[in-house]
Amino acid sequence: MAQGLSRDARLGLITVSPALVFAVLLLAVPLFTIVLFSFWTQNFLEIDRTFTLANYAEALTDPLYRALMMRSLRIAASVTAVTVVLAFPIAYYISFHVRPEKKALWLFLITIPFWTSYLIRIFLWRVILAYDGPVNGTLVELGIIDEPLSFILYNANSVIITLAHAFAPFAILPIFVSLEKIDRSFLEAAKDLGEGTAMTFLRVTLPLAMPGVLAAVLIVFIPTVGDYVTPRLVGGSGGTMIANMIYVQIFDLSNRPMGATLAVVAMATVTITLAWAILHVRFWVYLSDRVGGGLPGLALVGVAAAIDIGVLWWLWHYGPALFGSAGSLGIMAAIMGGGAILIALLLPKGRWGI
Amino acid sequence: MSGPLISLRDVNKYYGEYHALRGITAEIGAGEFFSLLGPSGCGKTTLLRAIAGFEDISGGTITLSGKDMKGVPPNKRPTNMVFQSYAIFPHLSVEQNVGFGLRKSGMSPSEKTKAIGAALEMVGLGQYGKRAAHALSGGQRQRVALARALILKPKVLLLDEPLSALDRKMREDMQVELMKLQREVGITFILVTHDQEEALVMSDRIAVMFEGEIAQLADPEVLYRKPATKRVADFIGVMNFLPARAGDGLEVAGLGRVDMEGVYCPQGDVSGACSVGLRPETLSLLYDGETARARETEGVIDEVVYYGDMTYYDVRLEGLEEPVRLSMRNMVGRDVMTVGQTARVAWDPRAMVVFPG
Ligand SMILES: Nc1ncnc2c1ncn2[C@@H]1O[C@H](COP(=O)(O)OP(=O)(O)OP(=O)(O)O)[C@@H](O)[C@H]1O
Ligand SMILES: [Mg+2]
Repeated sequence: MAQGLSRDARLGLITVSPALVFAVLLLAVPLFTIVLFSFWTQNFLEIDRTFTLANYAEALTDPLYRALMMRSLRIAASVTAVTVVLAFPIAYYISFHVRPEKKALWLFLITIPFWTSYLIRIFLWRVILAYDGPVNGTLVELGIIDEPLSFILYNANSVIITLAHAFAPFAILPIFVSLEKIDRSFLEAAKDLGEGTAMTFLRVTLPLAMPGVLAAVLIVFIPTVGDYVTPRLVGGSGGTMIANMIYVQIFDLSNRPMGATLAVVAMATVTITLAWAILHVRFWVYLSDRVGGGLPGLALVGVAAAIDIGVLWWLWHYGPALFGSAGSLGIMAAIMGGGAILIALLLPKGRWGI
Repeated sequence: MSGPLISLRDVNKYYGEYHALRGITAEIGAGEFFSLLGPSGCGKTTLLRAIAGFEDISGGTITLSGKDMKGVPPNKRPTNMVFQSYAIFPHLSVEQNVGFGLRKSGMSPSEKTKAIGAALEMVGLGQYGKRAAHALSGGQRQRVALARALILKPKVLLLDEPLSALDRKMREDMQVELMKLQREVGITFILVTHDQEEALVMSDRIAVMFEGEIAQLADPEVLYRKPATKRVADFIGVMNFLPARAGDGLEVAGLGRVDMEGVYCPQGDVSGACSVGLRPETLSLLYDGETARARETEGVIDEVVYYGDMTYYDVRLEGLEEPVRLSMRNMVGRDVMTVGQTARVAWDPRAMVVFPG
């Protein structure tokens, strides 16, 4: 009813409609198709269109799929950790130690790797990390190792190294922006109130940079879970991830419904993992605040995080033997969901907007 | 304690080629309310930050209770600062902000809570402890900044234009509150301001700075009545400058001849062309039946500015290009005069300050 809309609203609608149509066609329709496929089954050359949850049961309980999903999460988490930990000092250096007129140049330099194709960069890593590549050559030459290292290529490690390199700028930029936004008088105030450089960093700089760190975590984690090219090219068999399995299902085994199911499971896993992580960060910040932040707060967060993650890790590995595959998944879902609901209900939104 | 709390000796500061502080020498006593007053860019903030330890000085010494502060970082100095932007930590509550500096105080948590409560009480924010820092008004932020600094009981509290962000009414209230607070805690306050009225109202002593130098250091009354230079006189309050010629006596344009005796010459004896300063309140309009206590002249009223309690008049005197400004307290039975009226003006040579040039 155009009559019910104000002029502004109508104008707004007209402005967004091309983008909206585009987004629906390119995003919603394929997504819907995938979800639809995931409830069907492949019957030799035909697709059986009767609604069933059989694919999901298989995807969630088959040890191979479970292992691949877990490995994808683990690799993505490692990539995220490595990338953010390496990106922070770089962003910090540019923001705090590079002269203002040189900052743009530095940011520009950081984006230079993007000028070459993603594929070529991966191939270069393959060369660099190869058995007879420069890394091994140098280490052998220097006498640090006797024989070339074989654990740096065609496994999870090489996937982590390559992805961390590819995503570094995506982590540096949001952290840099959040550091730039910190009013320098906050740091002076902390010094003035008696804190040295290290405590000023822990009590002021780091908390104020957290929105950028969180943004970096999301930006790196989400796309790396589902990365396909890197594990394909440098992963070998030990570095295969869930996206490779989806490819195998759809193109090699011609089982499109199973591929679709794995894709939906992967999406759901990423969403649940992130929701869990974000709500737990809210909880950890709350804990840290309760003891006044600083080093005691950090220590408490470390302990709490270790317990939270440890319980889930234990359930994942030993749960199936004790409670059965479905049972352990159910318990994990209950713990994760219950915890998340409790946190969401009991704790107010924290200062980082989460 | 003997000797001054802070002594600045020949303090110099260069920013590259730019000479921001040029040989600042001053002594500030314990419990004093000291102001640095000057136009924008004269180096007030630089000097304050040098005392706090945020700027290294290029020459001279800064001594705090007898100890040379060279190389002592801000967190090791017995000073605390209220920043111009207040610098209230946005990620902490009001309480956490006020208690920020207590980490190494050795207080127990309950002692800390008590100290924070007392500090907030002192600045009139007793109920605001749990508030998030971003949910505060400008005036409240300023109080939090004050409480946060004063809770550490510094020897010196440094304030960089703490009131400039507040509206006029609020500023006047806070001026009085700051003075009370300073008397209560007995801590030395060093206040940076470019508002001369604020400096006059609040300070025990004022250092007027121009271009990195102290032009005059005196208490407010001396500063106002006996400015050391024409520039100081012009900067503090309003002053009429009348061209004059000194020789055998002083020939003042528009007023006539006065004896050199009794006029104040801050820069030593003058001769030849000079300039005579007169504050508006030392001149007055004479109503019918009134006579001047010293001398009088006649002029035409050029402009009337009515302030309620006061009226400012610009009066044209014969032989003067610029009208002189004078102020009259409005009183019952004394009508405000009108533009164009001819009026008698009373003046007194003893109020004159004579500057060379
Ligand atoms: N980091 C710096 N590098 C170079 N010049 C500086 C620096 N900081 C200040 N200056 C210069 O030193 C002079 C004094 O600066 P300062 O900030 O002390 O002025 P101020 O008296 O506080 O002025 P305002 O009332 O505007 O705050 C100014 O001319 C300023 O441009
Ligand atoms: Mg300043």
